[in-house]
Amino acid sequence: MAPAAVYVIVFHFVPVVYGFVLSFTSYSPLSRSGPEFVGGDHYTSLLSDPDFGRALLITGRYVLQVLPLTVAIALVLAMLVNRPFKGVGFFRSALYIPHIVSLTAVSMIWLWMYSQNGLFNEVLSFFGLPGQAWLLDEQTALNAASAMRIWKALGSNMVLLLAGLQSIPKELYEAARVDGAGRWNLFRYVTLPGLRPILVYVVAMDIIFLAQGFAEIFVLTQGGPLGSTTTVNYLIYTEAFQYNQFGSASAMAFVLFALIIGFSYLSMRGISGRRN
Amino acid sequence: MRRASFVAALIAMSLIVLLPFVWMVSLAFTPQEQAFGSLSVIPAQPTLDNFVTAFVDANLLRALANSAIVASVAVTANCVIAVLAGYAFAMLPFRGATPMFYALVATAAVPVSVTLIPLFLMIRGIPLTGGNDLFGAGGSGLLDTLAGVVLPYLVMPMNIFLARQFFSTAPVELAEAARIDGAGEWRIFTQIYLPLARPLVAVVAVFSFTGVWDDFLWPLVSTTSADTQTVQLALARFLASGNVQYGPLMAGAVLVTIPVLIVFLFNQRSFISGLSDGSLKG
Repeated sequence: MAPAAVYVIVFHFVPVVYGFVLSFTSYSPLSRSGPEFVGGDHYTSLLSDPDFGRALLITGRYVLQVLPLTVAIALVLAMLVNRPFKGVGFFRSALYIPHIVSLTAVSMIWLWMYSQNGLFNEVLSFFGLPGQAWLLDEQTALNAASAMRIWKALGSNMVLLLAGLQSIPKELYEAARVDGAGRWNLFRYVTLPGLRPILVYVVAMDIIFLAQGFAEIFVLTQGGPLGSTTTVNYLIYTEAFQYNQFGSASAMAFVLFALIIGFSYLSMRGISGRRN
Repeated sequence: MRRASFVAALIAMSLIVLLPFVWMVSLAFTPQEQAFGSLSVIPAQPTLDNFVTAFVDANLLRALANSAIVASVAVTANCVIAVLAGYAFAMLPFRGATPMFYALVATAAVPVSVTLIPLFLMIRGIPLTGGNDLFGAGGSGLLDTLAGVVLPYLVMPMNIFLARQFFSTAPVELAEAARIDGAGEWRIFTQIYLPLARPLVAVVAVFSFTGVWDDFLWPLVSTTSADTQTVQLALARFLASGNVQYGPLMAGAVLVTIPVLIVFLFNQRSFISGLSDGSLKG
């Protein structure tokens, strides 16, 4: 017990405090003098930093584009694999696979699919349509990354929602059927309310993960074209490890932290609060 | 929905979801000069050249070995330390257990970017390593070493959480009976509860393995040389090294994916039950 406690404190709690302290300092890892205290300067200058503001908007748009679609499709999949039939385990596993393959590897596959002679352009040309420079066009790059994340996030969401579906007592469905409820009403008044606890968890976890998009951006676009896919995490990475600004990068990280907590909390309240 | 139409829908959805992987494998075996302009799934003249290129140019053999070392150390540490800690939380009431447990769960919401910079500085500042003096200054510490890569992975809070959830549903009567018979706490754990906890250890092992194997950001900032890079990093650096050749890139992606796929296929049940256990038994 003691080693675990010490380890968790040193490697999980101390870095949070240390990072918070760093966010009030100016520090380059190359300088051999220590961090220099600057107070809340980084936070106030972030307020008027156009790059940071833009990265926040891009991250927000990314989460909003991916989350509703992936949860909706995952729910359809979960309902499809919720029936007992031979071979259902195979489908559950197959649909889960994108989740376990690394973001780096799947991004490489999608990089090819989005390339000039990749899958998407071949399909377009099959229908006689002109190809697109998916990842090189400011208009489409973030959408392209979002499409990949929708696909990537289906598996884990499906498994969680499936567990949620299976936790709904069968008697509720029977009782509703006796009362003459049709398929839509069963979904609306039994399934959805029954899924509420797991939906709260799924949405919160998705917000936490999606708001930290990094590896896929690194592989697909490097934040470009013209910064149109520079998420907050990507900006923090460049600020810290390319421009050596550890202080302001830490401040950005804490603003992101606060926003993630705030939005997960709001969405949890929103979902679980709608009980008449 | 009619049975046939719903199975058809499932098959169609699974095909769409798996399609990118079909192409990954197909391209990996397609000769370079045929990689463009043909969308046939099965290459006309399959070749292993891409794999050879990936191994040589991306330094994949070394990277696979590095990832295997880092992952096995992390898996072992998590299976021992995290499982024990979860057991303590569930079975051995101690002062401050509840607030500590909530703090632990809260770490799940901390973005990686918050702890990334402090961890980088801590690993760089470990005393008497990498040319550092007693106060951790002067050198590069454990940066760019496998020890430095693995240190932050040794105990993942998620695994302590899973272990605590598991043991809190285990029967306490067994421990009480054993205590009356005079068994020590360590013996109660190793002889009574650990044998029961086999599914838990599988879940912890699987999650630690995929978590470490698939991670990208920490190896990216903590290693610089080709000798210490992990597989994901080797793949990304291979891509960044210039003119993208999709054949070797996909061959590399296949090689990097096979280990997690094997672990997954042998532990599907633990994977899927572990994921839902973590969420439902709050």
